[in-house]
Amino acid sequence: MVMASPQPSPQAPLPAQAVERTSRLIRQQRGRADALIEVLHQVQELYGYLPAAALAQVARELKLPLSRVHGVASFYHLFRLEAPTAHRCAVCLGTACFVKGGGELVARLERRLGLRLDDAAGNGSWALEHVSCLGACGQAPVLVVDGQLEPRLPIDDPAALEARLDALGLGGAAP
Amino acid sequence: MTAPTPLQLRCCAASGCRSAGADALQAALHAARDQLGGAAEGVTIKLVGCLRLCGRGPLVALDRPKGASELYADLSAEQAPALLAAATGLGQGDALAKQRLDPAHPFFALQQAVVLEGCGVVNPESIDDAIAHGSYAQLKRVLAECTPEQVREQVKRSGLRGRGGAGYPTGLKWDTVALQPPGPRTVVCNADEGDPGAFMDRSVLESDPHRLIEGMAIAAFAVGAEQGYVYVRAEYPLAIERLRLALKQARAKGLLGAGIAGISFNLRLEVRVGAGAYVCGEETALLASIQGQRGTPRPRPPFPAHT
Repeated sequence: MVMASPQPSPQAPLPAQAVERTSRLIRQQRGRADALIEVLHQVQELYGYLPAAALAQVARELKLPLSRVHGVASFYHLFRLEAPTAHRCAVCLGTACFVKGGGELVARLERRLGLRLDDAAGNGSWALEHVSCLGACGQAPVLVVDGQLEPRLPIDDPAALEARLDALGLGGAAP
Repeated sequence: MTAPTPLQLRCCAASGCRSAGADALQAALHAARDQLGGAAEGVTIKLVGCLRLCGRGPLVALDRPKGASELYADLSAEQAPALLAAATGLGQGDALAKQRLDPAHPFFALQQAVVLEGCGVVNPESIDDAIAHGSYAQLKRVLAECTPEQVREQVKRSGLRGRGGAGYPTGLKWDTVALQPPGPRTVVCNADEGDPGAFMDRSVLESDPHRLIEGMAIAAFAVGAEQGYVYVRAEYPLAIERLRLALKQARAKGLLGAGIAGISFNLRLEVRVGAGAYVCGEETALLASIQGQRGTPRPRPPFPAHT
């Protein structure tokens, strides 16, 4: 198992370039407090997650209490407050995918990767999260592996499924 | 709509077919057309929105100048030359016969597209194509011929109702807003569609975004609003991308912004992207979210239309 590069400690200062970029995109929103969610989306794109220091910067520059910024960031599911792992896999557990075996897919992936669903730390290099409908119900069950949608996983054919997951680099088959 | 139908392949480029490989198919079609040349050069390849049967994507519709259109399902990029052969009538046999869908099947025959009339027909990334199919004609007519009162009267008489489930009469809602004491007004479109298997908002945004913009502009004129927001869930990246592009095109054509259609009507429309909170589809939570707050619902009254 390859370990991911060590994650930056929470106290580590943010790169100056990213801080400058954050200021710039807040200026682009003309410092309007109602653009907070939009700003957080862009900051997350910048760092891959929302570091505590970046939240403090956003609060300062949008002239909002930090509690308000943190409250919004922790309310919405798409905002991550912890650094992501190098690779990420999302499994859809929406109604259509669940009926088509999304739950079995989760169990199999947990076994293969040696991690727990929705644990942000994952196994160090992979994290597995659930999503609740990606809008590709016709292709159920689906996975998103590092941003790439993988349709129609062959749940009914274990050998084909193992081969498909192998090809995607999602760990090794269970012993 | 009056222009004669060209010989064309309409390639579905909505989320359903894209997840099944529509992009590769479209690229293969362009490559095959360049390679084949001759009669294939006369085939137009058009990107369109949803062709309805997402579970059997990628889908491509074939239009001929005469005769009915055909719809092909489960296509792969390798079948691009066969599709072009079907369009030109050249080539041997009917290689795609098994993938041709029956338009008389109840799934298609029982559908009557109203909101999605242009979906699968219009190129969602081209404002010129949308205008050629009638978009913005009503907005221009309304701005040239009607007062806001007349617009609301017409909408009331039309019997148009909200599509959110409660079926609230649209004209009454617009009256409620318009008859409030003077002050700034805002039109908000709720595209935070979160129910399992429900993709009507996404279909409009991905397939015919100009129709939505036109409708919002008419609503804004009728109630005296000068700003508007479309709240779209972040899980719909393609819908957001197409809507942003459509807004940009509409601004460039003077159909949004200041002094629309040469009269003193101004409208600023913005996209607001959600962040994965199902509850934000509820109207009071949605309004909180647009203002950059946590999407927590609050009790009504007061109703948003009154405040």
